[in-house]
Amino acid sequence: MRYLALIYGNEATMAAPGTPAFGEMLAGYGAFGAEATKQGAMNGGDALLPSTTATTVRVRGGEVLTTDGPYAETKEQLGGYYLLTCPDLDAAIALAALIPGASDGAVEVRPIMEFD
Amino acid sequence: MGDLGESGVPDVSGEPTGHRSRREADPIAADVALVDVVRADRTRILAGLIKRFGSIDLAEDALQEALVEAARRWPLDGVPPNPPGWLVVTAGRRALDQLRREAKRAGKEANAMHSSGGDGESWPEDPEIADERLRLIFTCCHPALSLTARVGLTLRLVAGLTTAEIAEAFLAEEATMAQRIVRAKRKIAGAGIAYRVPEPHELPARLPAVLAVIYLVFNEGYTASSGDSLVRRDLCDEAIRLGRLLVELMPDEPEALGLLGLLLLQQSRHASRSAPNGELVTLELQDRSQWDGVLVGEGSELVERALRRGSPGPYQLQAAIAAVHAEATSASATDWVQIVGLYTTLARVAPSPVVALNRAVAVGMAEGPEAGLVLLDDLPLDGYHYWPAARAELLVRAGRAAEATAAYDQALSWCDNDVERRFLTRRRELARTSAGAQMGGEVLDRAE
Repeated sequence: MRYLALIYGNEATMAAPGTPAFGEMLAGYGAFGAEATKQGAMNGGDALLPSTTATTVRVRGGEVLTTDGPYAETKEQLGGYYLLTCPDLDAAIALAALIPGASDGAVEVRPIMEFD
Repeated sequence: MGDLGESGVPDVSGEPTGHRSRREADPIAADVALVDVVRADRTRILAGLIKRFGSIDLAEDALQEALVEAARRWPLDGVPPNPPGWLVVTAGRRALDQLRREAKRAGKEANAMHSSGGDGESWPEDPEIADERLRLIFTCCHPALSLTARVGLTLRLVAGLTTAEIAEAFLAEEATMAQRIVRAKRKIAGAGIAYRVPEPHELPARLPAVLAVIYLVFNEGYTASSGDSLVRRDLCDEAIRLGRLLVELMPDEPEALGLLGLLLLQQSRHASRSAPNGELVTLELQDRSQWDGVLVGEGSELVERALRRGSPGPYQLQAAIAAVHAEATSASATDWVQIVGLYTTLARVAPSPVVALNRAVAVGMAEGPEAGLVLLDDLPLDGYHYWPAARAELLVRAGRAAEATAAYDQALSWCDNDVERRFLTRRRELARTSAGAQMGGEVLDRAE
């Protein structure tokens, strides 16, 4: 099964680039990527720029409406994702627990809807 | 299109063997046999069907149809030589019929028709065959499901209660409970919750979710056992049955042993726990001659068996505490020092404010009320009525009646169980009229 791991974290407390903490975080994600690849689970993933760069788009009555900022203003924001292939939810949970973001924020694991 | 599948099945007799001619119609024997097989084998059969067909809904429907057919056929044809085997084969055919109907509808072949063991699959007699029921329990109690969903699913699939019965026991609307169960089944299928027993290294993360379900079922029944709600009291029996099943399936798991021991020891006090008028009787005032010695014996033995394994967990320790209470021939003979020791260990293994509260009460009993009161200060238990209630009992013992009355008021404002409210009101009156000196330090007999 394919799962999307959505990584949520508090942007205010996130390590800033150039700091040792940022380096540690990167190393953590590197290690996760290696492990997920080794297990054959890695289907890609990315980190996102901060939610201050987000634009939310709606179409109402044929008109495109844009608002500045993320869809939901919450303390913890979506900061990245992985697409993982795992035999079952237990395997997906075990992998998600290895994502560094799970230790200071949260990782939401969502099964992909397959049309077959 | 309900009859499409029937035509594709050459023999719908459901007979695995073919002894029909030698059996005779006996409605009473058929009834007894059906009740027996449902009680003894329903969960096992259901679990096997889920494993084979990979769908809880399909397995449930197929088993239901097989039971209906058994109720119709056995009184006429006689009881088959192997009743559970008959149900397995018949339900298997019903499930395959259903899959064929769905395949036709979808215009494709159903994989299960080729990959499964076939219609003639027999009921495994070999006791060494891995028990499918354990898979079912762990799937129903997966921690990715909410606790309420786990409870509903477990009672429905493992204990075999109807949705209406579960709803009634939990004072919920049947539609709400049905929706909860449907949602849980959808999550199992949709999210890919595996139908398997966790590996040993996964057990520490997975077993507590199972134990919590059984304990919650018991507590629902125990807290409500006020005489006027029989259905809810049945939950205690149901929890004990589940606990026994878990011990049967995991005989080497100390926390499973500990949980069953705890349930049996608490249940042993059942008869003495409420007065004929339904009012609560405190542990201290209970007529200990009414405690069920058989349950106490079995519970204590389970506790010892569990603790000998040398990895004490929260259920074992709580059971050990219950066993110390059970050993005391009178409340004053209770070994409070030992109970304090057990709570101290419990607070280390599974720290929580409630454990701290119970430990404080035990210290109050072992070393005097003032020592307990100090430990009761500043617990993060706002809204938990046992906290001010425990404070009140110790204040009474310390001779501080006015403060005790105020603590009872606080407890009453946080309590919505009618029976417990009446209890607290009585205690408050006793404290206020300064009959408190004779009250002694009483402990509400409750599940923790």
